[in-house]
Amino acid sequence: MTDEPVLRMEGITKIFSGVTALANVDLSLARGEVHALVGENGAGKSTLIKIMTGAYTRDGGQMFLEGRAVDFRTPEDAQAEGVVAVYQEVNLLTFRTVAENIYLGREPRRFGLIDWKRMNADAAALLKRLGLDIDPRAPLGSLNIALRQMVAIARGVSFDAKVVVLDEPTSSLTEHEVQILYDVIRRLKAEGTAVVYISHRFDELYTVCDRVTILRDGRFVATRPLAGLEKIDLVCLMLGKQREELRQGTTAFKGATEAAAGETPLLSAENLKRGRKLNDVTVEVARGEIVGMAGLLGSGRTETARAIFGADSVESGEVRLEGKTIRRGSVNEAIDSGIAFLTEDRKAEGIIPELSVRENLTLAALPALSTLGVVSRARQAEIVDKFMKRLGIKAANADQKIRELSGGNQQKVLLARWLCKNPKFLILDEPTRGIDIGAKGEIQSLVGELAESGLGVLMISSELEELVEGSSRVVVMRDGQRVGELRGDDISQANIIRAMAEGTTGEATAASTATAHVTDTTPPAATPPSVPPAKGA
Amino acid sequence: MSQAATTIDEGGSAHGRLMRARFASFAQRQGALIALVAVCVFAAIRYERFLTEENLVNVLRQNSMLGLVALGMTFVILTGGIDLSVGSLMAVAGVAAATLAGQGALIAVVAAVALTTVLGLVNGVIIAKARIQPFIVTLAMMIAARGLVLAYTGEKSVGIGKSSETLTSLGRDFVGPVPVPVVFLVVLFALGWLVLNHTRFGRHVYALGDNDEAARLMGLNTARVTIGVYALSGALAGLAGVLDAARLGAGRPVAGQGDELNAIAAVVVGGTLLTGGQGSVLATLVGVLLLGLIFNVFNFEGWISPWWQAVLRGLFLLVVVIVQNRLSRRK
Amino acid sequence: MQNATPANSSGGSTAAGASRRAGARSLLADYGPTYGALAALILLVLANAVFTPNFADVNNFRNILLQVAPTVLVAVGMTLVIATGGIDLSVGSVMAIAAALAATNLERGLLPAVLLGLAAALAVGILNGALISGFRIQPIIVTLALLITGRGVAQVISRGGQIILIDNQNFMSLGKGFVGPVPTSVVVMLLVVAVAIFVMRATSFGRYVVAVGGNESAARLAGVKVHRTKIMVYALSGLLAGMAGLIEAAKAEASDATKVGLYIELDAIAAVVVGGTPLTGGRVTVVGTLIGALIMQVITTSFNMLGIGFAWSLVLKAAIILVAVYIQRPKVA
Repeated sequence: MTDEPVLRMEGITKIFSGVTALANVDLSLARGEVHALVGENGAGKSTLIKIMTGAYTRDGGQMFLEGRAVDFRTPEDAQAEGVVAVYQEVNLLTFRTVAENIYLGREPRRFGLIDWKRMNADAAALLKRLGLDIDPRAPLGSLNIALRQMVAIARGVSFDAKVVVLDEPTSSLTEHEVQILYDVIRRLKAEGTAVVYISHRFDELYTVCDRVTILRDGRFVATRPLAGLEKIDLVCLMLGKQREELRQGTTAFKGATEAAAGETPLLSAENLKRGRKLNDVTVEVARGEIVGMAGLLGSGRTETARAIFGADSVESGEVRLEGKTIRRGSVNEAIDSGIAFLTEDRKAEGIIPELSVRENLTLAALPALSTLGVVSRARQAEIVDKFMKRLGIKAANADQKIRELSGGNQQKVLLARWLCKNPKFLILDEPTRGIDIGAKGEIQSLVGELAESGLGVLMISSELEELVEGSSRVVVMRDGQRVGELRGDDISQANIIRAMAEGTTGEATAASTATAHVTDTTPPAATPPSVPPAKGA
Repeated sequence: MSQAATTIDEGGSAHGRLMRARFASFAQRQGALIALVAVCVFAAIRYERFLTEENLVNVLRQNSMLGLVALGMTFVILTGGIDLSVGSLMAVAGVAAATLAGQGALIAVVAAVALTTVLGLVNGVIIAKARIQPFIVTLAMMIAARGLVLAYTGEKSVGIGKSSETLTSLGRDFVGPVPVPVVFLVVLFALGWLVLNHTRFGRHVYALGDNDEAARLMGLNTARVTIGVYALSGALAGLAGVLDAARLGAGRPVAGQGDELNAIAAVVVGGTLLTGGQGSVLATLVGVLLLGLIFNVFNFEGWISPWWQAVLRGLFLLVVVIVQNRLSRRK
Repeated sequence: MQNATPANSSGGSTAAGASRRAGARSLLADYGPTYGALAALILLVLANAVFTPNFADVNNFRNILLQVAPTVLVAVGMTLVIATGGIDLSVGSVMAIAAALAATNLERGLLPAVLLGLAAALAVGILNGALISGFRIQPIIVTLALLITGRGVAQVISRGGQIILIDNQNFMSLGKGFVGPVPTSVVVMLLVVAVAIFVMRATSFGRYVVAVGGNESAARLAGVKVHRTKIMVYALSGLLAGMAGLIEAAKAEASDATKVGLYIELDAIAAVVVGGTPLTGGRVTVVGTLIGALIMQVITTSFNMLGIGFAWSLVLKAAIILVAVYIQRPKVA
């Protein structure tokens, strides 16, 4: 690596309507370097990338391309200077040919007409240079996702790219396809192009990246060479934990534990399978139990929840509530049998923005509230009143539109939407994300109370404290698989992190020296946590 | 808003999938052509007079105005838009040309087409800049333009009469055996094909309808393309209106009523998807001819009343749309 | 069809005062178009009362209501369809089918004739809804196909496109009769509007309609039966169009399958949009639709009385539609 970085970003700051999305972030890319960018939700990765590639303008800081101060106002500016992004959801034209996708907007012309011959030849040469065997005249839609991704990269490279940003390039690729991608990345590297690589899959980072920059909550945490950085340290950096701190905080939750042997669990989801996103996942929850579900972004936690609720169809697997099988992919049947699901994406899948608090709160309960289709005002008022008080929902009145409420209050309304139906089993997907501390505490203690009164809860969270303090068991997910389960005193941040980083809770040997002092100081956990073998790996 | 139903596209033999996709895309692209050939063969066997020059030339001439409108509509629909104003714009151009017939045919034609081009441009600008749905903008233009032309003419036709024989000849004369409107049809479809397949504008029309967000991210000036297609649609509707007026010897303020729906039907039957991004001018030509020939067959049969014809046309459109929908879903 | 969710404007402030202000603001933003339409209607009526001779006359007002009744019926159905984010172009043809079926079956008695007409209209509506929701084809193309087919069917029913004269006094009273001083069709119109307001405000179905238009995925995840809701709105739109068709035929004392309901879809869409129900769905105001339809009718009537060509009223209407939509367009960040 040479002394002068290809691209240097210093003190980058971005503020969205009063909220700081990025504060004083640095990033430096060397020639021919593959640089990983990691962080959990809200870390600011995509904001940083968008500033780098001209989709956003920065509010503070400086950017230097090959030592020269630059200022990209639009993605075209950035493209022209050779800084290009290839986004996760491939943004290409499915019905157009590969060559057209590569050269859209810059089609070579002769006498005012498109020079198809040259365009196809140029595209063929470019694809060959990247080691790809793709017919430039094929419609993009006839290629599989992986090759489309490569075409997107080829388009990026065709701008004489100095920096190529790959945003979650492998999220929908198979193992074999990932190898093709690696090959392309190695060729780019050899040509001296800097690659920014965003991924949640640790194996990939360690395989293909040279250095990693970690962001958290819009702040710069560290840039480290990946060689010699232990996975567990990387997770600690991402989550903002000190390894020493990890020994504290075993579960405080004293509710029910799993169903006794022989007893039917409240909910059992068996062998759920959906492509690579969900690989043979099994979960059981007993009455009065809060089962936490841990895993990094993209580990299959939300997919598990959606599969149980019937929101997504699955290829195979079975969901039973109180021993009764629920038809696959039927939200209505899931609801009718007593399952409730608080989505992680409040805006897209939760609130009906134009409807009032009252209407949002009672949406799922309407069949019970109405006689011959006419909603009983009295019963509705009673329920709305009760739950607004019980959950402390702050709104001018029940007529206020839900979109005008704060995130915390919106979340409480959505929670009330389910609670007023007296569900037997409640799925919470990131119940406290993006809401203020006060509301967070209220929701957490409410969930505890509910469980004590017999409700079964599956709680997905990326906040380890929340899981450790609030769950009777924690299931850990990784790459679409269930990789471990922690019970009782084994539930600790350290153990969860180890499972998320290494895939198993048992074999601490891989990083024995490093993890030694953590395990040693974890109070009575002399025995390794119980781990059911990861199935179908 | 579309329901987030996720289909699982993994598993299944890649080869089988490819073959099915190929068949689906072939059926979708060439289905109308196959149907057209079938109708021709059927008619040629069944009716003696079908394969006569007179009948075929007649079919072409009767459908040439609609063909021009459908050509413009193809560009609009390829971007994922819709233009409901074309029928009214036909009337505007017909009346304008008839009014200006005394100034000479060239001036009359150019002015009339320029007028509707500007009105189409207005559609495009409002759609692209004010970001109002094409459906509502062109609906308003449809009503307003019809109102203007009715008001201007006092709801009476404007005769061209003897004031410009050159103008009326555009609708009535022949070049060799071919009626002038058919010449326009052929030349403009050829030009339309050239523009769509061999110019940046044409390719960007496809790109916009394929995925407008991606097109924007790839740096296309999407507003310019949008404005361009509506202006083009206005121009072609105007030309169709002029030819219609020339053929009848009068600019009628009620001309073109309902033609927007016929044009949309022809485009859709040809195989161009209403969602945009897929289709071609040749498909539209096939669609126009197919609908025209079915009408021709109805005439030969004689016993099928115009009302049953409407029923069959509507059902045919519905079946085509459902089949297309299944085929394009499969991919 | 995209469904743009309006940008979430109010930030984190949850203080009751701020919320209340926000509430008031939203009420204004919400009913702003409807109030605007109401103001426009009042202004139009006042201006006409001053400048148009004989405008401010009970007979004239009655006449306006009489003429607007079928449009309002259709527009109320259209309001529900548009609230789910759809559109129904087939209403005019449905009117023609209902009118033709009733007119040709009057010899069987009033009730069978009316029921037959309404049943057919309902059936077309259900077909629309089933195709749109089941096959997931765009509403515009499905209802366009049924617009073309339906008109043909109506003509086939009319014994090959004949004008069917009606001489059943009871049937004719639907269009010509009075309940006290109020024409029967106006009573029907007011009843339908009242029921629609009640349905949208007080029933679970009304809530589902707006929920589906406002956020389809959220509605689905909350257990709303999205398919059923969509089929229902198109069915209702068909049924109401059928009622409008019967009234038109009764008024004209004949069923003319080529004319009944021609282009009424445009008037209905215009009334809905001008009234303040956005084309993107998710919000609904039945009263607004009534006001919108009245605005359009007052313009037609007054232009007529002033001797200004009918044509100019079209131009004015087009401008009003555009302005109304422009004011309500989703704000793009």
